[in-house]
Amino acid sequence: MSKLIEQPRYSCALGVQQSVIAIHRAVPVVHAGPGCSTKIHGFLGQGEGYAGGSTIPCTNSSEAEIVFGGENKLRGVIHGAFKVIDADLFVVLTGCTSDIVGDDVGQVTREFQAAGKPVVYAETGGFKSNNYVSHDLIIKAIVEQYVDKFAADKTSVIPGLVNVFASVPYQDPYWIGNLQELKRILTGIGLTVSVLFGPESGGVEEWLSIPRAEFNIVVSAWPGLKSAQLLEAKYGTPFYHFPYLPVGGIETGRFLREVADFSSVDRAAAKAFIAEEERKFYTHIERTADFMLEFRYGLPRVFYTMLDASYAVGLAKYLLNELGILPAQTQYVVDNTPEEYRAAIVERFRTISSRRSANVEFVEDGGAIQEAIRLDKPAQRALILGSGWERDLAAELGADLLPVSVPITYRLILNCGYAGYNGGLRLIEDIYDRVLGTYR
Amino acid sequence: MSKVNLNTPEVPVRELRLGSITGFSGTAAGLVSCSNAGGLKDGSRSFSQCMGCSSGNAFCQLSMITDAAMVNHAPVGCAGDFFGYNFVYRVGQMERDLPPVIGRYFNTNIEEMDTVFGGARKLEATIRLAFERAKPKAIFVTTSCASGIIGDDVESVTNKMTRELGIPVVTCFCEGFKSKIWTSGFDSAYHSIVRKIVKPPEKKTNKVNIINFWGSDVFSGLLNKLGYEADYIVPFSTVAQLERISEAAATIQICPTLGTYLGAALEQVYGVPEIKAPVAYGLAGTDAWMRELGRVLDREQEIEEIIAVEKAAVLPKLEEYRARLTGTTCYITAGSAHGHALIALLRELGIDVQGAAIFHHDPVYDNGDPAADMLDHTVKTYGDVPNYNVCNKQAYELANILNRVRPDLMIARHGGMTHWGAKLGIPTLLIGDEHFSWGYQGLLNYAERILETLDNKEFVTNLAKHSTMPYTKWWMEQPPYTFLGGNVHVQAY
Repeated sequence: MSKLIEQPRYSCALGVQQSVIAIHRAVPVVHAGPGCSTKIHGFLGQGEGYAGGSTIPCTNSSEAEIVFGGENKLRGVIHGAFKVIDADLFVVLTGCTSDIVGDDVGQVTREFQAAGKPVVYAETGGFKSNNYVSHDLIIKAIVEQYVDKFAADKTSVIPGLVNVFASVPYQDPYWIGNLQELKRILTGIGLTVSVLFGPESGGVEEWLSIPRAEFNIVVSAWPGLKSAQLLEAKYGTPFYHFPYLPVGGIETGRFLREVADFSSVDRAAAKAFIAEEERKFYTHIERTADFMLEFRYGLPRVFYTMLDASYAVGLAKYLLNELGILPAQTQYVVDNTPEEYRAAIVERFRTISSRRSANVEFVEDGGAIQEAIRLDKPAQRALILGSGWERDLAAELGADLLPVSVPITYRLILNCGYAGYNGGLRLIEDIYDRVLGTYR
Repeated sequence: MSKVNLNTPEVPVRELRLGSITGFSGTAAGLVSCSNAGGLKDGSRSFSQCMGCSSGNAFCQLSMITDAAMVNHAPVGCAGDFFGYNFVYRVGQMERDLPPVIGRYFNTNIEEMDTVFGGARKLEATIRLAFERAKPKAIFVTTSCASGIIGDDVESVTNKMTRELGIPVVTCFCEGFKSKIWTSGFDSAYHSIVRKIVKPPEKKTNKVNIINFWGSDVFSGLLNKLGYEADYIVPFSTVAQLERISEAAATIQICPTLGTYLGAALEQVYGVPEIKAPVAYGLAGTDAWMRELGRVLDREQEIEEIIAVEKAAVLPKLEEYRARLTGTTCYITAGSAHGHALIALLRELGIDVQGAAIFHHDPVYDNGDPAADMLDHTVKTYGDVPNYNVCNKQAYELANILNRVRPDLMIARHGGMTHWGAKLGIPTLLIGDEHFSWGYQGLLNYAERILETLDNKEFVTNLAKHSTMPYTKWWMEQPPYTFLGGNVHVQAY
């Protein structure tokens, strides 16, 4: 089958520039053609943040660099970036042009590293992978080329300190809100939490304490796993893996209990926190159960996910087990999940609840998924958890659309997130807000 | 400047064709005299920030042809602009009362193995599938840095697929690295249309081509009065409509930066006269443009009447606005011709334009007619502009200049620029619809929006109080063109 993509839902390897700008006071330096960086920014994320968007230093490679090589130009731009941009860490990222012509970006970067500058590099030529894959690549680059060099102490473990690898910033439109909630609940059970990205993180400074964590937490189907494995191999830090986004009472409780068991925190205090969170969460569910049972004019009864693996499983479990919306027979995972992780995701959908299964297909071509859903013609009112591309499909099927995947466009997101207890509640509000908004 | 040549698959980029530049610092009059002398030098920057590329600008025109499909032969990241243009397309559909239709855009998803073994087969397969799914009347294939460097023979694939599918499958060469001037992408798009879509005229019509983006309809009223009909191209055109643009009575450009190549191509290849006058911004510009339109369409008497009526309606109100705006200082950042037009417009309103950061400079347009030089017209009519800087969207220079100039108002035409003004507490206005300021009425429209913006200081004042600047103190103290140097020689045209 052809690997073409109609309606893309992720970016190329260079898309990881968005992960870099998500680190407070870190700046990407892009060695690529003009336009790459701007297209990525236009697709992933709303707002340029501290030093993204039009601020991103770039060589804007032209014909001369293709023919004669772009190392000198890169040298000039890195040099200028240090003088012009007020930042703590510079991350040199390559694009198609420099990777195809074979510029030795490592050598250029090492010259600056040798002079003691906080700069790292990673090869992220667009054709090499996508931004889910390269997210682990830049974490590796920062750990090996920056943290190892500048961290004062890499051996003495700080009890209770954890690094969390969850959302891929900007690729997950709700990354800030999700990290905020994960930090809140993990802090609640007694941990000291580094989320490394976004306003809930201490920025570049926080990265320097990565080696001293008691353990690491990966909340994701697969992105972030390689980073945790790297840190285990490097510093001997064990890690706990929760393979999807925990949303709502059941899964968040499971997540926190397992984390607490994995850690050195006071179990009784952790248990008390979880119990209190569950009490508050279920107060809302109980309070509005009559609405969900009695609203007689129509609520969505079947859902389709067209999301990355972490979201697809997390939301599917929550919708079915806590809101009573049933999965359509086939669910779609759009993140080009590497082969090695697919079986586990299939199994999670097969056992989505104790009595229900769904099939999962891995398709990156949004156009093909839409054709399949059109053919499926759901008989009941449907909820589509997809992207802005699904607007017409939803209208055609009379379905309710909640955009969870990029491109999001029809919605402005600040700190909204769907992880955890608060995220679960927020998800209910957002879904039924859209549903009730269809009545006049 | 070279003549339009439809035998070559690629149109030469603006640097080579027009001698266009992206780096200059001085005054507007200085730039005009350099341009006219024919020895313009480009400045290169040793430090630069990300820009746009040709493929985005090519896509921006071709992707909104209503019954065509796009195939972007590139890694998936290059398709990062698909949804943005789809959104623009949909907004335009709303404004024009068209039914909502999604853009049909396909990416070939070039991966590592394809860079080794070539991506031609993948491209063929994608074109076939795009044809099956979208049932388009034409397919445009845009190239990328990756497909260009690995040397995929895209032209032979599209020729083959044209024969196989029985619809035009057209290559649009727009590799990002080929040009520093992203508007070269417009030329690529138009070259592919004129080369493979437009048919020789069978008869002359009363239609007037209007090369534009996706703005509001300001021309139908005017042209209908003259017995002509507005035909907006290229966004929202059909393939069939584009086939016949060779039959039009004339071509109007809303912005010569956009339409320089298409206007000239239609005139050179099919004899469709192009209106070669400064664009209709400001009174003098609008007068001159209207008269040129009247001359070309053979409606000189009618045009004089329209000018008289419209001016009589606008002038008293304009005086009121001038009284309120005189002395206001302003800094502009915009693309080339539209930036020149805005300078004229602001001067007409009595605003003191303290400088401009204009993204590139074409010393001449493809029609070769000095009468079309908007900057020359602006300088001659309204005087020189200090701090005139040609800067291909370099935000660090802009932040530095604004910090020095500290105007009362900043006007931007492109995204990613406005917040540099706002972060400094300067009220900043972005207007996306360039038709908004067109003609006599446009002066009033703009004046009203400027007054609103100047009056609305609360947001920027508070933002300035709480925002951070990613630029170093050192940089803010340097002359703004510290990294501009080189004086790369540009071939005289």
